[in-house]
Amino acid sequence: MARKTHVQTTINGEQTEFLCHPHQSLSEVLRDELHMTGTKEGCTTGDCGACSVLLDGRLVCGCLVLAIEAEDTEITTIEGMASGEKLHPLQQKFLEHAALQCGICTPGFLIAAKALLEHNPDPTEHEVRYWLSGNLCRCTGYDKIVAAVLDAAQSMGGDTR
Amino acid sequence: MSESNGSDRKFKWVGTRPIRHDGVDKVTGRANYGADFDLPGMLHACMLRSPHAHARILRIDTSKALALEGVKAVITSDDIPELALTDASGPTNFSDLSRNVLARDKVLYHGHAVAAVAATSTRIAQEALALIEVEYEPLPHVLDLRAAMAPDAPILHDHMRTKGVDPTPDKASNIAAKMELSRGDVDQARAYADIIIEREFETATVHQGDIEPHACVAQTNEDGQTTVWASSQGHFMIRAYSARLLQLDISQIKVIPMEIGGGFGGKTTVYLEPIAIVLSRKTGRPVKAVMTRDEVFRATGPAPATLINVKFGANRDGKVVAAKCKLVYEAGAFPGSPVTAGAMCILAPFDLDHFLIEGYDVVVNKPKTAAYRAPGAPPAAFAAETVIDEIAHELEIDPLDLRRNNAVSKGSQAAYGPKFSDIGLLETLDALRAHPHYSAPLGENQGRGFAVGFWFNAGMQSSAEVKLNEDGTAIVIEGCPDIGGSRASMAIMAAEELGIDVYKVRPVVADTETVGINDTTGGSRVTFATGMAVIEASQEVVKQCCQRAASVWDIDPTDVIWQDGCAVATGDGAKKLEKEDKLVPMPIAEIAAGAARTGGPITGKASLNARGAGPAFAVHLVDVEVDRDTGKVEIVRYTTIQDAGRAIHPAYVEGQMQGGAAQGIGWALNEEYVYDADGVLANPGFLDYRMPVALDLPMIDTVIVEVPNPRHPYGVRGVGEVPIVPPIPAIANAIHDAIGIRMRKLPMSPPNVLAELVRASGGA
Repeated sequence: MARKTHVQTTINGEQTEFLCHPHQSLSEVLRDELHMTGTKEGCTTGDCGACSVLLDGRLVCGCLVLAIEAEDTEITTIEGMASGEKLHPLQQKFLEHAALQCGICTPGFLIAAKALLEHNPDPTEHEVRYWLSGNLCRCTGYDKIVAAVLDAAQSMGGDTR
Repeated sequence: MSESNGSDRKFKWVGTRPIRHDGVDKVTGRANYGADFDLPGMLHACMLRSPHAHARILRIDTSKALALEGVKAVITSDDIPELALTDASGPTNFSDLSRNVLARDKVLYHGHAVAAVAATSTRIAQEALALIEVEYEPLPHVLDLRAAMAPDAPILHDHMRTKGVDPTPDKASNIAAKMELSRGDVDQARAYADIIIEREFETATVHQGDIEPHACVAQTNEDGQTTVWASSQGHFMIRAYSARLLQLDISQIKVIPMEIGGGFGGKTTVYLEPIAIVLSRKTGRPVKAVMTRDEVFRATGPAPATLINVKFGANRDGKVVAAKCKLVYEAGAFPGSPVTAGAMCILAPFDLDHFLIEGYDVVVNKPKTAAYRAPGAPPAAFAAETVIDEIAHELEIDPLDLRRNNAVSKGSQAAYGPKFSDIGLLETLDALRAHPHYSAPLGENQGRGFAVGFWFNAGMQSSAEVKLNEDGTAIVIEGCPDIGGSRASMAIMAAEELGIDVYKVRPVVADTETVGINDTTGGSRVTFATGMAVIEASQEVVKQCCQRAASVWDIDPTDVIWQDGCAVATGDGAKKLEKEDKLVPMPIAEIAAGAARTGGPITGKASLNARGAGPAFAVHLVDVEVDRDTGKVEIVRYTTIQDAGRAIHPAYVEGQMQGGAAQGIGWALNEEYVYDADGVLANPGFLDYRMPVALDLPMIDTVIVEVPNPRHPYGVRGVGEVPIVPPIPAIANAIHDAIGIRMRKLPMSPPNVLAELVRASGGA
């Protein structure tokens, strides 16, 4: 097996180093090497969105990014969404709207919704549904997720950090 | 609203929407699911799976795989006990289960597990799989139900004789069992029918589609003591099944439940756990096994394809006078389709004196089917609810009037046997008529349909413990994996009984050694049955609190009642305290703080086998728009109405209604297993197995009807499963309303709808 490669990156604002094999995906390294298991894996083929993370602000499936591509990038995962004692408004609205049942897709939806609101602070219902179509939820029928995102957008009033 | 079950009490917490207690863990990524758990020195397991749909295993040589650096063990069915073919308890045959976990002698579907490897990394384990040599003798396979029942069909199990046929046939068959359910005299009743409609329906194999692949970690010590960390719908089931399959004492296995990332019935059996246990025993190291999505589709329980024939006779007023139904359900590679449940459900909403229902359980070369939300009911409802709609149209009677005219109500004898107690079918139908959606205008190429769904709901065994902390807060311990917010419901019920704030209750889903036996999270039973255990355990705490207060006050315990979280003296006791100028309520916190002086810790326990799960009825109303050029069906508007008995946490009841509707919509419109000519599943991924995404659906309106279940202290009836039952026929009826075509085959996908449109217009 090939030797591991040293990668230096920034995860949730923190300088991070890891060793990885060339074939390893970003979600695999986050989960198995860095023990950041908030990023979930439902398919490893980019179809379910459970491993959604932000790579330099761009929404990606962690399973479709090679870990070595993380070199010199800034990665945001679910673990970086709340700040200190305070949940991100999206997290708070997901709780208030009961927008999760089993919760396995929730981190991916939150990251994807965060990316949406950074691009479009005041989305319509259709825009929310379009943007979140890369994320599968099998429990909720999406109703409460869409409602939570719309409510969060309203409560944030354009302040999408 | 609640007179009928004797509880007209004013609730403080029941019916409110507190934030779930495990919520923050789940929105921050801290919650640990099956694949999120690791142990030091852990090995990784991968499965070798059959490349054939049906073949004899002639030889397996694992030596090259074992020789690979990093490989620590390779096992086949030789490494697990061979069980007697008759080793069964209830509906579970453990010989079949064992042969499903690791194929013995034959592989019966593409993806059937043949061997397992444990290695220092997943990568090495995968490399080792390629080094295992298996010599197969391919056999003809059969995937189609009609073909599987034909006299010359390839036989999956040489020992199988059709059960339920007298005399027992002497020839092997793929028909595992025949069942029958009847009442009255169908043939005679036909004489009263002014109209007879007979139709044939066909549905495809579908999958539960839980987003979390099956996963576990097992650690076996040198003395045989085993711990399993697993995501499942029932860790007591994992324990019992693993022990049975591996011939271990149940006390040797401890199962710690991980959070479960969706199940829908698909996590009610074992696949990986016994294998991980054996690999751990062989290697002396913890072993982790995680399925890929491909494996989940190929090797874990789909829900069956079905063929259903329905023949209804009705009189001129639209009253159904007789019905004949024949249901054929695929079981997958081993017997045990949900055909019995389908047969028991198909006529359940109808008040009917004469019927004959036949069911057939048929094995085919596909993965063994598993439960999927109201197992067996959706295809049955598709058939019955579509034919009923057709009768209404033929007779030019309002479909809702016709439905009401045939509906079961309190006292009706259910087609499946018992007399219904309080049920909410009429109430849901009335709520349908009253809903603005029912009379809203429709656009061009749009149509509206509705359908009724029924599900029994289950009770079964539950255990719970309520522990009062020193400060008057409480811990609720139960053992049913929380698949959709049940911790919050348990906390609500405990808070209601104890009279404390819902956030002062901490609900815990405990492992198999910490709480009494809990049956699996399934059958929509947890809020009903486990909730009942929590209520009883809480009442026991309250009783002890009253006794403690009585002892402090030195009055008779029967003179103490519980009010708003306080012990309150009444009667002679109150008079005595009044004289002493000590008549003040004693809050739970004070009782808890003084527990050491009054007899020690205060704990309540309850274990029960809950009876009287009230059946659930739901009615769904849908508007569709059909694109006549492509055959695409768009869901334009959707309303679900359901009798919840009593909604403990309405937001999560709505969530079940909406989620069930969405799954039913996927089943109706797009989802299906597609096989190639070799019996290989061609769409084992989320890209090609097309489940609904956010853009496919509108908001899903919900109306909760509450007809309390008299057999539950609060009136709860299960809510989780019934919402998947009405969507398929509701959509079929709406499509008919839009384009005048009756769809009788699933999925109602663009190519299938377009084919019907072309045929209707006289095209080829």
